[in-house]
Amino acid sequence: MNISKKTLNSALLLAGFSLSTSAYANLEININYLNQVMDNGPVLSNILPEPEDSGLRGAELGIKDSNTTGRFLKQKYSLNTYQSDAATDVIAEAIRLYESGQRFFVLNTSSSTLNKIEKSLGDDAVIFNAGSADDQLRKESCNAGVFHTLPSRAMLTDALAQWLKAKRLDEVLMINGGTEDDQAYASAFKRAAKRFGIKIVAEKQWDFDSDLRRTAQKELPLFTQTKEYDVVFVADERGDFGEYVLYNTWYPRPVVGTQGLSPVAWHRVVEQWGAAQLQKRFNKHAKRWMTSEDYAAWAGVRSVSEAVTRTKSSDSKIVEEYIRSDNFELAGFKGRKLNYREWNGQLRQPIPLVHPRSLVSQSPQEGFLHPTNELDTLGFDKAEVKCSK
Amino acid sequence: MKFTKLLKPIAAAVMLASPVAMAELAYVSNEKDDTISVIDLDTMQVTDTIEVGERPRGILFSKDFSKLYICASDSDTVQVMDLKTKQIIKELPSGEDPEQFALHPNDRHLYISNEDDALVTIVDTETSEVLAQIDVGVEPEGMAVSPNGKIAVNTSETTNMVHWIDTTTYELIDNTLVDQRPRHVEFSKDSKILWASSEIGGTVSIIDVDSRQIFKKLNFEIKGVHPDRVQPVGVRLTDDGKYAFVALGPANHVAVVDAKTYEILEYVLVGRRVWHMDLNTDQTKLLTTNGISGDVSVIDISKMKAVKSVKVGRYPWGVKVKS
Repeated sequence: MNISKKTLNSALLLAGFSLSTSAYANLEININYLNQVMDNGPVLSNILPEPEDSGLRGAELGIKDSNTTGRFLKQKYSLNTYQSDAATDVIAEAIRLYESGQRFFVLNTSSSTLNKIEKSLGDDAVIFNAGSADDQLRKESCNAGVFHTLPSRAMLTDALAQWLKAKRLDEVLMINGGTEDDQAYASAFKRAAKRFGIKIVAEKQWDFDSDLRRTAQKELPLFTQTKEYDVVFVADERGDFGEYVLYNTWYPRPVVGTQGLSPVAWHRVVEQWGAAQLQKRFNKHAKRWMTSEDYAAWAGVRSVSEAVTRTKSSDSKIVEEYIRSDNFELAGFKGRKLNYREWNGQLRQPIPLVHPRSLVSQSPQEGFLHPTNELDTLGFDKAEVKCSK
Repeated sequence: MKFTKLLKPIAAAVMLASPVAMAELAYVSNEKDDTISVIDLDTMQVTDTIEVGERPRGILFSKDFSKLYICASDSDTVQVMDLKTKQIIKELPSGEDPEQFALHPNDRHLYISNEDDALVTIVDTETSEVLAQIDVGVEPEGMAVSPNGKIAVNTSETTNMVHWIDTTTYELIDNTLVDQRPRHVEFSKDSKILWASSEIGGTVSIIDVDSRQIFKKLNFEIKGVHPDRVQPVGVRLTDDGKYAFVALGPANHVAVVDAKTYEILEYVLVGRRVWHMDLNTDQTKLLTTNGISGDVSVIDISKMKAVKSVKVGRYPWGVKVKS
């Protein structure tokens, strides 16, 4: 079966895609980048703020890259951007754009905004989620027309748990922040711990209101004085207190999670597999380092243009079908071709594990096997997903 | 009978001692050491390590083997080394971040891919004059000039194309879309066929030069290696038209392909992350650079087996043999 499928694919390739590019027709493709600006509230650790245009700059670079390619194919890509801190405005804008004929959307919004937009637009809209790591979007909502380029929290924490297992750091103290996002990150880690046989020896809720910049050395040793652990896991997505846990724990142990050793979609320390070139291009374009949101937005734009290039069509239905097909491959600078899971539209991708100055490892770790694709050891596998197609 | 058996090694010894058959040397660029390692192919020892510019990648010789051209990527220059004195005698204006290049059969015009600038730069090596800069796709990489000198080709890794350049007008004449992340291009000796590897696509496209159409695609399968780890990079053809060798990157194997039937004959295990290759002068040996293991594997072509590995610097990238 496998062989005949392959033969068919290569026959298609030879028939349809091997023409030299002089035979291409003119195409214009507009992609809409909508950003809901989130207010994460005040944080204690405000030394290194996240860039405000995280995501946007990645989408812009994706357009630039696509146009350099498009020039040879008579394809022209453009980006329309919209930004607001009010969910209702972002949703209204998405509807207005759809009604005016727009079909390609890259969203950097909350998961509830994304859900509302998906329900408001027609079936022929192609939406990339480049802003929400929410597990529910991948597991339960399963919006038909949505692709997720940002890894889910489940993927991130699975990547981390595999590494912990490989290093035999399997007794963990958890420290969880108070926001909903922190709770979601902590639950994702608990699921991962269960899957990979990691033991949680103690779990603590962070609810201090003192200024840790001054008292971390006093407060944290006591706070982390529990049953002995190999490693401390921190769930603090917005970066409120997590930075102060490092080097201040009761037992001198490494810190992992949202601070310390972190699983990410992208980071400036990723430089293998040609990534150095993407980093350089991005740095030249944005005058700063590329973040996970930038990478996710870039991957969304590049997925559209890759499909347009290969199908020679800008019809959103044809583009979407191609992106979902076995033929789709995205060179994402992560050492292997990337494609989307058919059961929930999640971009399969290796997850770098980084500290601020170097790449420590990349998951999936060796030895974590899967019957069809090792990348599917990260996040929700087919059987766990409740979508009815 | 005994006599002839005895004679053979003597004859071989005489050959070696004769002044005509000088020791062959392999030059290897070490990307993360900023050096060139020199391997004596008789003793299989590193006999010299020469400091060069930053991040040396592509290397090649002038026709008479008197000069070595070096893409010093992070120094943004192509260096010219006098092989007698081992001194850098010239730096050519290469454009930013030169990665790979090819020398026109006229022995003068160097075609250089500038990875950061989406350009191909053509430099006259004698006058150091930039003859032309041609816009190509994102991350230009592989570079080759046809042996008949008429066409230059460049691959762009993120645009996924083979760009065809007319060497008389310096104009882009056509593009051929190939699989993800095309790396290396190699012409057949008669200039009629082009081999182009796609690292992430995992394929090698074989292209008819006249029509610029792909007429055959090679897929590789190695037992025990996940298909995604099979990432073709370097391609090297033997002059007799018998074999094509394809370096498969992190699959740590070199594929041996029948260059006439395009059948994959076998896979030879080499060091880790095998990148580029070159043949010795009589084409009995194939040398491969292995980035992660930091060594060069020597394949005996009659046995199709790696018979030796020679430790060089960090991240060996290119290799060229000087007779």
